Amino acid sequence: MADDKSNAAAYWKANLRLITGCLIVWALASYGCAILLRPLLAGISVGGTDLGFWFAQQGSILIFIGLIFFYAWKMNRLDKQFGLGE
Amino acid sequence: MSQFAINVLFVGGSFAIYIGIAIWAKAGSTKDFYVAGGGVHPITNGMAIGADWMSAASFISMAGIIASAGYGASTFLMGWTGGYVLLALLLAPYLRKFGKFTVPEFIGDRFYSKSARMVAVVCLIVASLTYVIGQMAGAGVAFSRFLEVDATTGLIIAAIVVFFYSVLGGMKGITYTQVAQYIVLIIAYTIPAVFISLQLTDNPIPPLGLFSDHSASGEPLLSKLNEVVTALGFNEYTAMVDNKLNMVLFTLSLMIGTAGLPHVIMRFFTVPKVSDARWSAGWALVFIGLLYLTAPAVASMARLNLVTTIYPDMAGQVENYEDAAANPIAYADRPDWIRTWEETGLISFEDKNNDGNIQLYNDTADFSNRGWQGNELEVSNDILVLANPEIANLPGWVVGLIAAGGLAAALSTAAGLLLAISSAISHDLIKGAINPKITEKGELRAARISMSVAIVVATYLGVNPPGFAAQVVALAFGIAAASLFPALMMGIFSKRINNKGAISGMLTGLIFTLVYIFVYKGWFFIPDTNNLPDTEANWVLGISPLSIGAVGAILNFVVAYVVSSVSEEPPQEIQDLVESVRYPKGAGIAIDH
Repeated sequence: MADDKSNAAAYWKANLRLITGCLIVWALASYGCAILLRPLLAGISVGGTDLGFWFAQQGSILIFIGLIFFYAWKMNRLDKQFGLGE
Repeated sequence: MSQFAINVLFVGGSFAIYIGIAIWAKAGSTKDFYVAGGGVHPITNGMAIGADWMSAASFISMAGIIASAGYGASTFLMGWTGGYVLLALLLAPYLRKFGKFTVPEFIGDRFYSKSARMVAVVCLIVASLTYVIGQMAGAGVAFSRFLEVDATTGLIIAAIVVFFYSVLGGMKGITYTQVAQYIVLIIAYTIPAVFISLQLTDNPIPPLGLFSDHSASGEPLLSKLNEVVTALGFNEYTAMVDNKLNMVLFTLSLMIGTAGLPHVIMRFFTVPKVSDARWSAGWALVFIGLLYLTAPAVASMARLNLVTTIYPDMAGQVENYEDAAANPIAYADRPDWIRTWEETGLISFEDKNNDGNIQLYNDTADFSNRGWQGNELEVSNDILVLANPEIANLPGWVVGLIAAGGLAAALSTAAGLLLAISSAISHDLIKGAINPKITEKGELRAARISMSVAIVVATYLGVNPPGFAAQVVALAFGIAAASLFPALMMGIFSKRINNKGAISGMLTGLIFTLVYIFVYKGWFFIPDTNNLPDTEANWVLGISPLSIGAVGAILNFVVAYVVSSVSEEPPQEIQDLVESVRYPKGAGIAIDH
């Protein structure tokens, strides 16, 4: 029982770490590169405009899609690893 | 075949498919009605979420808004997609594991409080009902333009079709019609975009065309667009926004509002497993992304097409924009698509300097040196996507496809919202509070009756839109962001938040957000009851009423945390419930209590 409990706690901790990492990328892509850091990226040009504009209208969406699939794949592995899957 | 006959064929054909699916997918139990039997494949569910989510606003209005605001409108692109990351990481798998039918049910069980459940029911109904009005109005526009019936008749036809498949099939009928509607709407959206991208940039993939060279001038498309619009006194299309705080908060409000909207969350209850809930969020965003990656391309290309239609000298390589701008087309020579849209009132022309030509420019700029006395052409944002095939001279069947696509987007979202409303009434209100002993058959009947009533109310409001129809974005997303999302998230990620904390947090977030919106938009949106003018100078710290949901959500979190810390811990069985929600092991198909 105690083992079950610490196993579950370790699973939850690993999940929280994964979520935190993914949300940092999520925020960096959208609030970071597309808005607040856009002036810093102004020197990098992409198709007639700057990298920040690309992040705002295209890049962030692609990163969001990648993040969700990455999270789903990682979590399925965690589920198996900790024996907590369905 | 006339254009009218083609439109009738496409719209009629798509409606026949939806009705066929409805007959095939009749709901036999409450489980069918609320969660489509619980066995939907994650990719199928992803497509259904795509149609459920992409509304008349996404299909009809969004590209038009981006076309006029340029970079500043990126908020919608990021906000309405980034919310899915929050859903996939923070809500969907756990709510699926919880395994009940509705969003208020989770809030009621987790916070062991009927009052919490009722607060959630009220938030859900207000958010969903305001949202559905916009869908009905969008369907009305599509009908009146393409089928030559008046908007009211069109709305009633649409309501009958929705009635048929949602009352008969519930979530089951809605799921499979949404899959069909997704296919119709994505084809309708992308085909004209591919042709226009080819015409302007020689690149058949619109998102790549957006960052390619404009064939006629040899310059990058976006630099060309910047030059053309600045010659007419507008800001550069790609110009940075000054009020960054507001842009960040607006994007955040749309993201957490998206994650908190019950009609989207409900769709995750229909898949068999927790891991399927995670996958279907990813698939949903792939299917949504197809449209959201195409929209900014459509926006910039349509803006360029519109301007060069009025000023043909600007279309190719331009030596001197001052000369090119001096030579607009005469009103008498305007293309046919302007004539057809003038009939709907969505394009209007007034020859202010009586020279017989059309001057389209930024009204706040002074071009009296060119003999201009004001902008003469008003073009509604809403027509851009619908008029796109005509602007690009595409064949008649593409126009028919757009009509069917616009209706698919509006009707699929309307059906999802109506289901959220009717299940909140039959499951949370009637079974949860008024008559807990109701039989399964009785509940199914109650669900169908409340669905019918919701459709009648939504149709009535669509025909007689209240003054606030245009403000639904602020209201629906504000409520979902400030009340529902924080309660759901804290319910999963904290064992310490108790009933008192959750209720006071939700009410604080809700009331704060509503009051801030009402102060600027008018109390209950009644015109002229606002306390302050809705302009940036009057906003607190420059935060617009559209962006306030994020602040409301932060207040919700803080109040819930503080109140819970000073009151008792939740009972052991609730803490066990939170534990069980966190681990996928032992998830069954969504069940009744």
